[in-house]
Amino acid sequence: MSAPGHEHHDEHHDEHHDGHRDGNRGANRDERRAVVRAGLAVGLATGTYGVSFGAVAVTSGLSVLQTCLLSLLMFTGASQFALVGVLGAGGGAVAAAATALLLGTRNTLYGLRLAPLLGVRGWRRAAAAHLVIDESTAVATAPASRGHERTGFLVTGVSVLVLWNAFTLVGALAGTALAGSPWADPRTLGLDAAVGAAFLALLWPRLTSTTTRLVALAGAAVALGLVPVTLAGVPVLAAGGVALLVGALVRPASLGSEGRS
Amino acid sequence: MSAAWAAVLVGAAGCWLLKVLGLSVPARWLARPRVAAVAALLPVALLAALVAVQTAATSTAEGPALALDARLAGLGAAALLLLVRAPFLVVVVGGAATAALLRLA
Repeated sequence: MSAPGHEHHDEHHDEHHDGHRDGNRGANRDERRAVVRAGLAVGLATGTYGVSFGAVAVTSGLSVLQTCLLSLLMFTGASQFALVGVLGAGGGAVAAAATALLLGTRNTLYGLRLAPLLGVRGWRRAAAAHLVIDESTAVATAPASRGHERTGFLVTGVSVLVLWNAFTLVGALAGTALAGSPWADPRTLGLDAAVGAAFLALLWPRLTSTTTRLVALAGAAVALGLVPVTLAGVPVLAAGGVALLVGALVRPASLGSEGRS
Repeated sequence: MSAAWAAVLVGAAGCWLLKVLGLSVPARWLARPRVAAVAALLPVALLAALVAVQTAATSTAEGPALALDARLAGLGAAALLLLVRAPFLVVVVGGAATAALLRLA
């Protein structure tokens, strides 16, 4: 849509925000537009990598239907990649679901932050909960979204939902089309390395303090040590124990800013 | 029901319930420092473990084992791309392409 004369006050409006209530309706509308644009941009950037999830999921042995249902119903990327990774490595349903759930606990934390901003009850809360993910939380709680938290949350959540699912289908169909050809071996296209790269990209923005970096190293070491001696899926779950141990012992102040990227 | 279906459906239902829980419990839960610390560190430990397992674990006739192969090079490429702030899709494709090219060589 046309955005006549958008001045650059997206980032720096905080000091004016609570001041004048009248006569700033135009500025308010521009702020809202900036939040919508941010949400759509994040949705586009995030949604497109659904194609990598779709391709990885079918080459790990899931059907196209299972792959698409994961994106539609689970709708939280790290958990989806984890579930597929554990199943693909030969892990059982319990280990796969448990790993996905443990990674999903951070959405609970996001919900705690979002609840007062969204103020939703009943069926609206049940529906809004589905959109509680890394990206919608990041946009809704960004300083530039002040006063427009619900807009930021909804625009980001819905655009990621739509694009993530569309691109999951594209990736799953592409992965299926390759079946039977020499490309069907995930190693030919390096898809086995793609999963590790995806997890690293999800981990990267969280390594903001010495504590988180040490926990990451310890988690990786515990998992590697257990690989030869346990069933698939167990090493990753065991690494969660590192977080429990360090979280119980460490001073929360050393975690850095609010523990969220 | 196959293991994959069970994992998909139970995992999806559980992940949604975790989201609802966050919107439903009193905010002072978050104020407990230990809860906040564990909740912040859990994804870090799990994702790091997933990176490690995904890169170095392999299945052999005798069971799971560690192996160093082209995946490690792919991970290195991904790390370099993250250092230069490449977008997610570029990181993933770069990691995959590096491993694939190395296997061609």
